[in-house]
Amino acid sequence: MAENSTHIKAAKDGAGYWKANVRIILVSLVIWALVSFGFGILLRPMLSGIAVGGTDLGFWFAQQGSILVFLALIFFYAWRMNKLDREYGVEED
Amino acid sequence: MEQFTINLLFVGASFAIYIGIAIWARAGSTSEFYAAGRGVHPVTNGMATAADWMSAASFISMAGLIAFTGYDNSTFLMGWTGGYVLLALLLAPYLRKFGKFTVSEFIGDRFYSPTARMVAVVCLIVASTTYVIGQMTGVGVAFGRFLEISNTAGLLIGACVVFAYAVLGGMKGVTYTQVAQYVVLIMAYTIPAVFISLQLTGTPIPALGLFSETTSAGAEGSVYLLTKLDQIVTDLGFASYTEAHKDNLNMVLFTLSLMIGTAGLPHVIMRFFTVPKVSDARWSAGWALVFIALLYLTAPAVGAMARLNITELMWPNGTSGEPVSVQTIETAPEYDWMLTWQKTGLLDWEDKNGDGLIQYYNDQSDAMAVTAAANGWEGNELTNFNRDILVLANPEIANLPGWVIGLVAAGGLAAALSTAAGLLLAISSAVSHDLLKGQLTPNMSEKAELMSARIAMAVAIGVATILGLNPPGFAAQTVALAFGLAAASIFPALMMGIFSKRINNVGAVSGMLSGLIFTLVYIFLHKGWLFIAGTNSFPDTVDGSLFGIQSTAIGAIGALINFGVAYVVSMMTKDTPQEIKDLVESVRIPAGAGGAVDH
Repeated sequence: MAENSTHIKAAKDGAGYWKANVRIILVSLVIWALVSFGFGILLRPMLSGIAVGGTDLGFWFAQQGSILVFLALIFFYAWRMNKLDREYGVEED
Repeated sequence: MEQFTINLLFVGASFAIYIGIAIWARAGSTSEFYAAGRGVHPVTNGMATAADWMSAASFISMAGLIAFTGYDNSTFLMGWTGGYVLLALLLAPYLRKFGKFTVSEFIGDRFYSPTARMVAVVCLIVASTTYVIGQMTGVGVAFGRFLEISNTAGLLIGACVVFAYAVLGGMKGVTYTQVAQYVVLIMAYTIPAVFISLQLTGTPIPALGLFSETTSAGAEGSVYLLTKLDQIVTDLGFASYTEAHKDNLNMVLFTLSLMIGTAGLPHVIMRFFTVPKVSDARWSAGWALVFIALLYLTAPAVGAMARLNITELMWPNGTSGEPVSVQTIETAPEYDWMLTWQKTGLLDWEDKNGDGLIQYYNDQSDAMAVTAAANGWEGNELTNFNRDILVLANPEIANLPGWVIGLVAAGGLAAALSTAAGLLLAISSAVSHDLLKGQLTPNMSEKAELMSARIAMAVAIGVATILGLNPPGFAAQTVALAFGLAAASIFPALMMGIFSKRINNVGAVSGMLSGLIFTLVYIFLHKGWLFIAGTNSFPDTVDGSLFGIQSTAIGAIGALINFGVAYVVSMMTKDTPQEIKDLVESVRIPAGAGGAVDH
């Protein structure tokens, strides 16, 4: 019985949970694209005024900065989703 | 002690450790063979994924490609790390929740079609085999140098070692061995980089050293390492290191292909089936990237510093002074590495104008033609410098102690072996588990399944070795093609399977097929059919290529085609049945993820 009722709850909140998840994914992917394709490649000319160790900020983003942001994004997502799982009561036992 | 003996000692000792672990953790059942019994901690899994992932392309090849091109090859750095974001956000937790062993099982079940599963198996085998060709190129370079034999002989010996090694254990043996391999490869990569960074900039962290001032102050005071590098390479007529020279379209598409391909490669995705929980699958991707980033943040420093060291060795008195003489190369101990690498056939020089000096410069540059004519130079005399030797030769170039050189040899082999083994495992499970047991002979015994898995491995490595004798490019470039193929075929099907309930069996199959065929044909048109040189119809340059897109960057377009075709075809055909909508619903929610389901 207990197991059955959690399943019903999960099904009811499933849509809200999924919507919240997709929103978090979208925001994360915008940042993901901005630091790599944006700062690292397409927007590099705009950042050329900011000097970093013998070159400019765009070069730093292309070779190191984007990787650091990727790391932060994955850990943020894992932390945020595990919290969301508990908010909607859909976490594993 | 002779350098050869030291290398043998380091490589021998590291191999003894891996084989010891593989025997200790030998796979007994099919479940252990494919997924290590699902008992692997996220940090351990992250480390093993990192070793699995960082192959000859990352370790041996990438820094060399960056060194000789500079900023333009940042695409490798962003592409091969950014894919983990896609993997962590779009695939890993859901595939773990689904709870099967292989990628093609998910595609077969979600698209309720044995045909879809077969198509996924074909896509997976094509991408993985191309990937193994790249690995074999790297293995050839590493064994050639380490045994001081030709590249081809090194490749053949390497193929035997890889096979023996992959057959010994399944995923479980591989997981723990790969943790050991990660430790060896990351030490081998970073220790020489730290030494070189200290020599050049006084900074012990190479990633920071790249943006620091050089310790060797010129007449005009201290100068940034990158400024100095830009100066000397442009003095010799080469393109500047930090500026962009490639068009934005190709750079973006290439980066995107590598990213999507990362999230579509079966041997990496399989890793996320081996963690105990859905929440662990999310953390695992993060831990994998932490361990990968340690190498990837160091790689650009390795490239820039090696380029500086090589150029200064060729021009010991500055770019306007007298270059190195043939006699110095043949006698001075700091040039010994050139003699040893010459034996592999991957490095060569020739005194074209007979002045006893070796002029290293860009003979394609118009500006340099004037200088060359004035000085009686008859072309660049450092005639061959294979990009794939740079990382392995790096400690010798920087004149580091013998044990560092031995360590790098062991690290390069660890990188190539761990990935080749992981890929062979993915190929063999596709053939034995998905193709034979799943389709053709469902009543096959476990023992027969394991045997056919091993036969599949042998065939795959044989094909990769034959094609690897004349590879379509440097290790990292061949691997990039494999990523394009994975990007165009597997990733879109997986993503649509999770994020859409409407994509049906017909849509997925036509999407995968059109993505794969488009990309494969485009690559073959530019690289030659089955990578056989001379059979290509278009040169693989930005200007000469069919759509102005290089073959390494075409995977992103293939992926778009896959998404588009799958969507349009699904909309025109019957909606998915209710039980598939329920399956998608359940995959999206972590609760209720049990152990693996075998069948």
